[in-house]
Amino acid sequence: MIIGLDVGGTHTDVVLLDNHGLVNEIKVYTDSTDLFSTVLNGLRKITQDINPKLIKRVVLSTTLTTNFIVQGTLPEVGMIVSSGPGIDPMLFKTNGHYYPVSGSIDHRGRRVEAIDHDEVKSIGSKLRADGVRQLGIVGKFSARNPSHELEIRRILKGRFDDFFLGHRVSGNLNFQRRIATTYLNAAVYPIHKHFFQAVKKSLDQQGLKVPIHILKADGGTMNFESSIHFPGQTILSGPAASVMGATAYAPAEEDILVFDIGGTTTDMAILIDRAPLLDPVGIELGKYKTLIRALKTRSIGIGGDSVVRFKAGEIEIGPDRAGYAMAYGGTRPTPTDALAVMGKMTDCDRDKARKGLEPIASEMGISIEEAAQKIFDRTCCLILKAADKMVDQINSKPVYTVHELQEGYQVKPKKILVLGGPAPYFAEHLEKISEYTVTVIPSWKVANAIGAALARTTCEVTLFADTERGILTAPEEKFKKNISRDFTRDQAVQQAYELLKQKALQIGASSEDLEMEILEDQLFNMVRGFQTTGRNIRIKAQVKPGLIQRYKDVVEKLSLQSDS
Amino acid sequence: MLYAKKKTGLVFFPAFDWAIDPTHPEREERLLYTQDQVFEEGLFDIEGLTEFKPDPVTINDVNRIHFCVPDAWKVMTESHFISAGGAKTIGMAVLDKKVECGFALVRPPGHHAMRVVHGARGFCNVNIEAIMIEFLRAAYGIGKVAIVDTDCHHGDGTQDIYWHDPNTLFISIHQDGRTLYPGSGFTNELGGPNAVGTTLNIPLPPNTSDEGFLYAIENVVLPILDDFKPDIIINSAGQDNHYSDPITNMNFSARGYAELTSLLQADIAVLEGGYSIEGALPYVNTGIILAMAGLDYSNIREPDYDPDRIRQSSVVTAQIAEIGKIVLENWRNREKIEKQMKQGLKGKYSDRTRRIYYDTDGISEIQKERICICKDCGGALRIETSADTGAQALAVHIPIDACKICRNEGQRWFEEANSKDFHRAYLQNRPEDKYLEKNLSHK
Repeated sequence: MIIGLDVGGTHTDVVLLDNHGLVNEIKVYTDSTDLFSTVLNGLRKITQDINPKLIKRVVLSTTLTTNFIVQGTLPEVGMIVSSGPGIDPMLFKTNGHYYPVSGSIDHRGRRVEAIDHDEVKSIGSKLRADGVRQLGIVGKFSARNPSHELEIRRILKGRFDDFFLGHRVSGNLNFQRRIATTYLNAAVYPIHKHFFQAVKKSLDQQGLKVPIHILKADGGTMNFESSIHFPGQTILSGPAASVMGATAYAPAEEDILVFDIGGTTTDMAILIDRAPLLDPVGIELGKYKTLIRALKTRSIGIGGDSVVRFKAGEIEIGPDRAGYAMAYGGTRPTPTDALAVMGKMTDCDRDKARKGLEPIASEMGISIEEAAQKIFDRTCCLILKAADKMVDQINSKPVYTVHELQEGYQVKPKKILVLGGPAPYFAEHLEKISEYTVTVIPSWKVANAIGAALARTTCEVTLFADTERGILTAPEEKFKKNISRDFTRDQAVQQAYELLKQKALQIGASSEDLEMEILEDQLFNMVRGFQTTGRNIRIKAQVKPGLIQRYKDVVEKLSLQSDS
Repeated sequence: MLYAKKKTGLVFFPAFDWAIDPTHPEREERLLYTQDQVFEEGLFDIEGLTEFKPDPVTINDVNRIHFCVPDAWKVMTESHFISAGGAKTIGMAVLDKKVECGFALVRPPGHHAMRVVHGARGFCNVNIEAIMIEFLRAAYGIGKVAIVDTDCHHGDGTQDIYWHDPNTLFISIHQDGRTLYPGSGFTNELGGPNAVGTTLNIPLPPNTSDEGFLYAIENVVLPILDDFKPDIIINSAGQDNHYSDPITNMNFSARGYAELTSLLQADIAVLEGGYSIEGALPYVNTGIILAMAGLDYSNIREPDYDPDRIRQSSVVTAQIAEIGKIVLENWRNREKIEKQMKQGLKGKYSDRTRRIYYDTDGISEIQKERICICKDCGGALRIETSADTGAQALAVHIPIDACKICRNEGQRWFEEANSKDFHRAYLQNRPEDKYLEKNLSHK
């Protein structure tokens, strides 16, 4: 049996699955000031009367790190960055204890200027005197050559509790994002580690000695041990949980839009042949632009509880929310109230909803029923418009080869899968006013927790070969090897797959879930003075986000369960 | 977070799967290290900097400016359609006011491509700036355009296209033609009889460094631009004046390029040449993008930058001052020179015969050119072209602002073309935005 748990803003959803489908699903209130109790409470309730030995896997998706980052209550850490020429690194300053130092590496990973040991030592002393325990070290082009980051760590070894090196967060080039990502990892490290150690200890005491997996923003999981130094990867796992839940019900070989319609927002994502589309660069959260792998999602401030206004002849929905809908005791009219007036939602106070819509209806000079219909219609229209915009943006993403420009994949979804609280009420109307076929996901109330439970372990490796310099390197994986002049692209691909497999197994994948693919495969002949002097090869490979094999049949059974 | 002071558009199209041939300077690898630098510097994360996906240009866009012999499909590859499309995409973004200025960082380049195209010369097949400009004229009705070509090689293709156009000011700054391809671009090349002075050339001596370039921009180019008052300024932003470029002899630096960009304040920049793909392009392009966006570029520096090593001699400084003086004098006296030139002409036409060599494709062409001398417009233009490929064609251009007489004249030339003299005849009817072709060989 497996457990999936997804902490949301108001509710935490927990599911228990076995080979026959959904055994149990529960909801507990989220206490954002005490997530530890929330998570334990959820786990305790779902495992009541269950033999702990039967549970093989627990996957958690929490808002722990996201909350800390959004609230800006991060503990102090030190940052040492080595930039060299280029944009002033002070523009990328993340926090108070932020120190640019000398040293420079170029685009091919060649050293241009050495690290100044005395400078680093004196900054180290300053940071220590300020009580800093965690230190982030980031160099420009360290994804090509991490030697300066390693050198700085060597100089300061023993003087700090934990080091976070920029080249370990991603193989992608982007100095500013590498700095932000490294900083977030260092800053949320103590919170994340303490939290999950406590969860683990508590589960151990209950006799639940299973590996804990944590959901990442890319819709994949990693085991707790591997997440310790990369806690940034767990931010924004909530939307990923929902999308993975939808994946279970998506048809193969089609482009699908997924809408998670909540109280405050509607989150959108895209599935292509059952795999979620990933963001090409990384998560943006608050003021931080990062290199954290994530699903491509778009969030708009339109949900069931968004405030409705009539302004300058137009109905406006959101983007703000003022508590609950009036039908549920709130103070401002919302799309949920429109649904209540229309008689679609019944377990609420319809009179209060009518009262809420009354001023808008009279301003519009129409009946309350008509106003409700218009508000609901407007809400659906705005959601569809945002979806079209998202698809357009994806299709107009620049590409860098003639081939891709001519033959590049264009996303053309014809179906929408909807989940979230008010999903069933929206689906019908969304279909009516658009060209899409719209389906509500079975178990739409807990699809997010199911998504977390069934998500497989994912990861990515970036490999870089430069045969002119005789170097094969994947700094993120601590991998470096000398190669000869005749090293080929096929060999590079082989090596990338090998590294990927190792990494995936290490962070918690089971060998049957290694669906690997090449994301980037580029080879350039290097020519100097009309002579070919080497080859520059770039390979990026990933374990595709998707659902675990062993529970393949569960999905089918889940659909049947919900039909009956 | 970095915020652009000026909203800037960028088309980046490195054509990673296209080359003239595997070891040619114009090859797949050319913008690879620029991409690495641009990504690592995080330039696409700058708020106010937008990357656009290029839309390929249409055949009509090409035919508006070029006479492709036998046709556009034969002289262009897909990459040319996209590269020109990158320039066009940026032009549209600027004129639609999506951005205040923009940079088309595209390849292959175009400034050696002339009005008639039999093949590639100087790595160029079609003139991507001219295709963009004439599209903007047709679609947005812009009038006066200034092109400042800062590539190390004389922009002879662009000069050829705008030789007779008084509404397009073309200024080329380049290494002296006596020392570098294509061997033209001297101060006495001033444009045709209807457009004297709207072609200007500033040939700089070898080993000119930042000081000399910036002197020419500040003291020659900027005052002339102030005088001309263009609706829009285009920079043909070649990057081969760099001290590390393998096929030229100049001493310009990345920071110098950024300063030039900042001084010029072009609305649109389009990449041209530049073949120091590791030592120069990554830094020059970063500098240009930052300068366009109005951001600090003072810390952009090549790894081997040493200003003392590349400083220009006092002899070079004096030569540049002298050249600048001549160019400014020609500009100020342009009406007088035009009058003198017209006085020397008999009849209503001016003729010239030229030999053009397409070095990249090894084609030789002979052109017999005739322009109507006209007070009221750029003048109807006919070109009889024959190449050693066997092609023989008549090309007729009626300018966008053509007077009635020139329209009729151009129309007549085209209609009278016969199979005895030509295999094909082409007409660019700019006022009607119509591009006609007669295949005479099959009759």
